[in-house]
This record gives sequence, structure tokens and C-alpha cells, in this order.
Amino acid sequence: MSTATETKNKKAPAGERVADWADGRLGIYTLAKANMRKIFPDHWSFMLGEIALYSFIVIILTGVYLTLFFHPSMNEVEYHGSYVPLQGQLMSEAFNSTMHISFDVRGGLLIRQIHHWGALIFLAAMFVHMMRVFFTGAFRKPREINWLFGFLLFFLGMFTGFTGYSLPDDLLSGTGVRFMQGAILSVPIIGTYISMFLFGGEFPGGDFVARFYSAHILLLPGIMLGLVVAHLILVVVHKHTHYQGPGRTNNNVVGMPLMPVYMAKAGGFFFLVFGVIAIVAAVATINPIWAIGPYRPDYVGTGAQPDWYMGFAEGLIRVMPGWEINLWGHTLVLGVFIPLLLFPLVLGAIAVYPFIESWITGDKREHHIAQRPRNAPTRTAFGVAWITAYGIMLVGGGNDIFATHFNLSINSITWFVRIFFFAGPVIAFIITKRICLGLQRRDHDKVLHGRESGIIKRLPHGEFVEVHEPLSAGDRYKLTAHEQYEPAELPPAVDENGVERKISRTEKLRVKLNKSYYGDGSQIAKPTAEEYKEITEGHGHH
Amino acid sequence: MKKLSARRRHPLAAVVVLLLALAATGGLYAAFAPAGTAKADETAQSLAIEEGKKLYTVGCASCHGTGGQGTTDGPSLVGVGSAAVDFQVGTGRMPAQQPGAQVPRKKVIYSQAEIDQLAAYVASLGAGPITPKAGQYSPDGADIAKGGDLFRNNCAQCHNFTGEGGALTHGKYAPNLANVSPKHLYEAMQTGPQNMPSFPDTTMPEKEKKDIIAYVQAVNSDRTETPGGFKLGALGPVSEGLFAWVFGLGALIACAVWVAAHTAKAKKS
Repeated sequence: MSTATETKNKKAPAGERVADWADGRLGIYTLAKANMRKIFPDHWSFMLGEIALYSFIVIILTGVYLTLFFHPSMNEVEYHGSYVPLQGQLMSEAFNSTMHISFDVRGGLLIRQIHHWGALIFLAAMFVHMMRVFFTGAFRKPREINWLFGFLLFFLGMFTGFTGYSLPDDLLSGTGVRFMQGAILSVPIIGTYISMFLFGGEFPGGDFVARFYSAHILLLPGIMLGLVVAHLILVVVHKHTHYQGPGRTNNNVVGMPLMPVYMAKAGGFFFLVFGVIAIVAAVATINPIWAIGPYRPDYVGTGAQPDWYMGFAEGLIRVMPGWEINLWGHTLVLGVFIPLLLFPLVLGAIAVYPFIESWITGDKREHHIAQRPRNAPTRTAFGVAWITAYGIMLVGGGNDIFATHFNLSINSITWFVRIFFFAGPVIAFIITKRICLGLQRRDHDKVLHGRESGIIKRLPHGEFVEVHEPLSAGDRYKLTAHEQYEPAELPPAVDENGVERKISRTEKLRVKLNKSYYGDGSQIAKPTAEEYKEITEGHGHH
Repeated sequence: MKKLSARRRHPLAAVVVLLLALAATGGLYAAFAPAGTAKADETAQSLAIEEGKKLYTVGCASCHGTGGQGTTDGPSLVGVGSAAVDFQVGTGRMPAQQPGAQVPRKKVIYSQAEIDQLAAYVASLGAGPITPKAGQYSPDGADIAKGGDLFRNNCAQCHNFTGEGGALTHGKYAPNLANVSPKHLYEAMQTGPQNMPSFPDTTMPEKEKKDIIAYVQAVNSDRTETPGGFKLGALGPVSEGLFAWVFGLGALIACAVWVAAHTAKAKKS
């Protein structure tokens, strides 16, 4: 289109000419026109994903620097670097080069720490971003696929992290790799084959660092980068959700345009993220491999935990009783195999939830308004229950640290975790649901009677009343704009012709679940306009 | 000779022989007897045992029995040696405050002189490891790197990679080794207090103990350098994860709130 611009005698400014040149070859005008004025709503909770994105970029940048000095080899060498307490010790080249990066490469330790702290923060940011999307129902149609992309990013991030912290071949990470190999071995029939394939023979062999390296710097981040791009494209395609409020509907987005406001905000926020990670990395040690020492399969240290995002898997193994079945000369190590099965199941529970919810509600419409968690009590309760189970397993994973620092018995902690992995989510579910309903009731009262002003008035006949300040129309709208579902009902057992209706079992289950979501005691009916009128026009406040 | 043989049956002959024999033994004793200082040492030793027994009767006997034979509340001290007493009392673990999963390190209530007396008394009950001399435990000139390797092989399972301590079953624990004196580290290895196995010189020679002491002093003391910044307890990924969530993500969410709160506004005209 822009090539149609006539070249005039007078030369256009340089910037325009460059833009014109590029447009002729890339077609950026159309792209820019469509996207530069893209609107993004303003809310801090919508920036959690940005933290994840920016820390991902920080990790890639620092990771590239580290590859310049890291040797992914398990050849044995003697240490002669500048760290005294390891002088002359035998170690793999991987460990040796990581020591070199930490002590003898300019800025090496800082970059290493930024990379590792960035990874912890990246995963944590993805986690809270995922929870934000979950609790606001932002995964509903049309965003289910993007939810799965995000979940996949978190899942792959866990393994990218795992392969990454295993690379220095230190005593801690080597123990972690051994842990993983043990889990693989527990798989019946194919376990030993997978292990032999993965390690190129018996553990540890001389291959795994090089193999983890290619997975860590090429395979996994490559897939993740692709997913990030797809994730962002879908955000643009779907447009961002926003919270309910005056002027905000399911068909618009209220916020600021990408250019210039969000360009500045997002660009600035990138540097804030980079800065915070850099400060953390400059202040606090992470993975001090010099103190941990090189890996030897016959050595182990206590307090051997994985990074936090693998902590719940550690917990699953730690608290699982050591059951095993011996049959026909073969051992089925249930104490490891059951946790290995639970690992994807726990994570998968949150991943498939959107599909379960849409099946229960039977709602096939698009939703672009983020819900307030209290207005979806059952979902919110499910989410809190899931976090509870996850958190309890984290406690199980760190049971020895909790034992020494809170003067507790490690056995008591293990039993607490065993019981509360099952009981905790149930309790959390019930409590959260009650809290949500309580908050709904409060919203109900606020709309009808206004905000408590704290002013006590004495009436002429001696009665004391508290003055309630009515909400503004905008605030009332905010509290009542959400839609409330009617509980589903099974159709009458007999149709109009008196013929018995066939209702499938799954449909019966669906209706039952739907009632538990939207039936009596699962939501508080929001105040109607009539109720409000009656109260405000009738007898004022009371 | 005749005179002598004529008087050999004299009634006083036996007395004369006895006197001669006594004079000979006395003379020989005077010539070959141990020096007088040794005699004095002997007295000091027995004095220390004496004093130690008094201290023992007041502070220890209620659990370990009046003669160190042990009771249901405390183990027998026969054969534990002076090194065990020097460690247990010198780190304040003994006398114990209360029964429990493990007796913790606490304020030392006896002076070193009193501890030595107690040790002398307990050592007198039966042979055991002897309190080491400074030359035995001093980490000067020891091989730190070798000590690190030995530490990871023998100690890190319970005490963590750099001796920060770790949990054992049922509320027991391997204590933090920060600021434990070289002597007490040596004695702990030698005697194996509480849940710790002992590493006598037959399994771990003196030189290796010195190496380990040098390593612990290098990686877990006030002199330890932490090139990466705060070491967060040197506890590994649990404390790191907590720090990343609270300070890393916490600060970033605070930034997000701040950025979202300061938005571009339409100009008021």
C-alpha cells in the first residue's frame, strides 16, 4: 500500500525513507496499523505474565554468555583454579569449567547467579501468572488452548531448570540426577531400558552432561520459545481480558494503547525485572558449587533438595512409604513408582480443569471479562485446594530443613504431610468456599445498604444507628455486573408424549456437579434493581 | 672366715643379716628410685581425680550413677575416656538440662580446670580416648582440599556439605559445625558423641582428622569467604526457593503494582 506513495521531488526525511524502504520489503505498515493501537487494560495482576516473559529473556541472555565458557564434558581433570579448598581435587570438566566461570571469568559468578535466580523467579512468575488466570476464569473460551500453552511452558520450564542445574555436575545436582534415574528405574519393564538409553549405559556414565546440555540449551528452550511466541500471538488474537466495571463489556477492551503507553510501560518493566533479578543475584548466593563439591556417585550430602519447582516431586517421594512387591524375581518399587505416577497427575489436575468446568457449565459462549474469584466459589475453592496439596508436598520435600529449623521431628512432619496431602485440600476447599460466599454476602449488603461509614448516630428516641454511605453507581455496577448461572436441571423423566426419557449417566453426573457449582448454598443471589429501589426509596438506611 | 662361721649360730646372727639386707635394699632403692618430681605428679593426678570425683558427685552422679556405672537416665561412663568428658562438658552439652531426643549444645558451666578434673576422674574409671594435645588437632599446615574430600565422604551425609547440620530421625539432628573449636571437632570424631559414629585413629588417622578440621574451618566459620553474597544459611535449594519467592517475586510484584498504579492520564485542560 505504502509503495503507492509518490516520490516527490523534495526528499522525505531520513526516518521516513528507512521506514518506507522496510515497508516495501516487510509490509510493516499494515502490521503496525493493526497492532500499534492495540489496547491493553491496566491492572497489576495482568503484568505477572510479563514478569515471566522478561525473566525468560534475562535467562536466555545470561545463558548465552555462560555457554561461552562452559565445557559440557565429563572427562576427569584435576582442579587448579583459584578456590583453595578444592585444590588438586579430581572433578569432571563440566564442574571445573563452572568453577572457572565462578572464580576466574570476569563477571562470571554474577552472570551465573542471575541465570539461576532468574530461573527460580521465571518459574515462580509462571506459577502466579497461571494462578491469576485460573482464579479469574481467564481460561474460559476462547482461551483454553492458550491456557494449555501456558501450562506446557511451566511444565517444560521445570525440566529445562532440572537439566540446567544438573549441568555443573556438582554433588547436589548429581544426587538429583541419581534421584531421577531411580524414578526411571522404578517403571516396570521399560525402566531399565530407558535408563540405559538416557545415560548411555550404567549411571552415571560419561554422557549425561553433554546430553542434558543439548536438551537444556537447544531442545527445551527452542520449544519454549516457540510456545512463548504462540502464547503471545494468541493474547493479541483473543485480546486481553479486563475486570468488570462501568463501560467494560464482553465486547470491548478498556485500557491504554500499545503505542506509546504500553511500549514505555512494558519496556520499562523489562528493565525493572532485569534490575531486580540482578540485585537479588548480586546480594545472595545461589547454588554455591564450590561449597558443595564435585559429584561422586558414592558421596551424598544431607539437605539434598531440588530447586523449588521440583520440590513437590521430592516431597512425593520423601513421604511415600517404601512399599515394594517382589514377584518372580522382579521388584516393583511402589515407593517410587506411585510418586512417579502422581507427579503428572497432580500437575495435570490443574491443566485439564478448564475443560472440566466448561463441560459442567455447558457454557459455549466467549468470555472476555475476568471474574472476581469470590464470584466463582467452587472454582476458587478447587484452586486453593490444589495449591494446598502442592504446598503440603513442598513441605514434605523440605522436611529435614523444617525439622532442624523448627525443632520438630522429621517423622512427625512426614506423617503430617501424609495425612494432610489428602485432608488439607478438603479442608481448604470447604473454608475457601465459605469465605467466597461470605464475601458475596458482603458485596450484597454493600450494594443494598452502602459502605459502613463508622459514624454512629443517636436518634431522638434514643436508638443508635450506624450511618451507611451509599456506593456510587459505578461501584454498584462493579459489584453486580457479573453473570450468575442458574443451576442445571435434568429434563423431566417422561417427555411430553409420556415416553420415558433416556438420560446418560455422564449427563446425570454433569447436572449433579453443576448443582454443586450453582445450586443452593453455592452462590448468593446478587441484589436486583428492584431490591435496591425498594430499600433506597422506602425507608432509607437501617 | 673362721670367726664368722663360728658365730653363725649366734642368737643375734639373724638380726644382723636382716639389718644388712634392709640396708642393701634401702641403699639400692635410694640409688634407683624414680625422681622425686614423679612422686609429686602422682599426687596431683590423684588430687585431680579426687576433686573430679567431688564435682562428679554433685553434677553427674544423679544420672550416671555414683561410680559412673550408669543408670536408666544416663549411660555408663566406664571407658569413655577423658576426651569424651572434655567434649561433652566443654561444649555445654553436659550436664544435660532435660531428657529429650538429643542433648543440645549450650552455655558451658564448668571452668576448663574443673572439666580437666572431671575428665581425670572419668578416665580413672576405665581406659578410653585421651583428651588430645594442641599439636594433634591444630589445623595448621593441613590439606584443606583433602579434608573436603574426606568431609564429603564421611560427614556430609548428616552435617550437610559445609557442616551446616541436618536432621536425623525422631527429632535428633547432626549439629551445625560453625564455630566449633578444633579441639572439640577432634574429640567428636574420636569419641562419637550421641548419634555420631566414632572415627578412632585406626579408621581415620590423626592427619586426616586435622585435614577435616582445616576444611570445616575454611568453609564454615567467621573467616569463610562467600563470593556469591549472603549464603542464606547454606542450606541449598529450600532456602533459595523461599528467597526467590519472597524477595525476588515479591519485589517484582511490588514493581508491577507500582507500574500499574502510575498510568498515563488524559491531560486535564
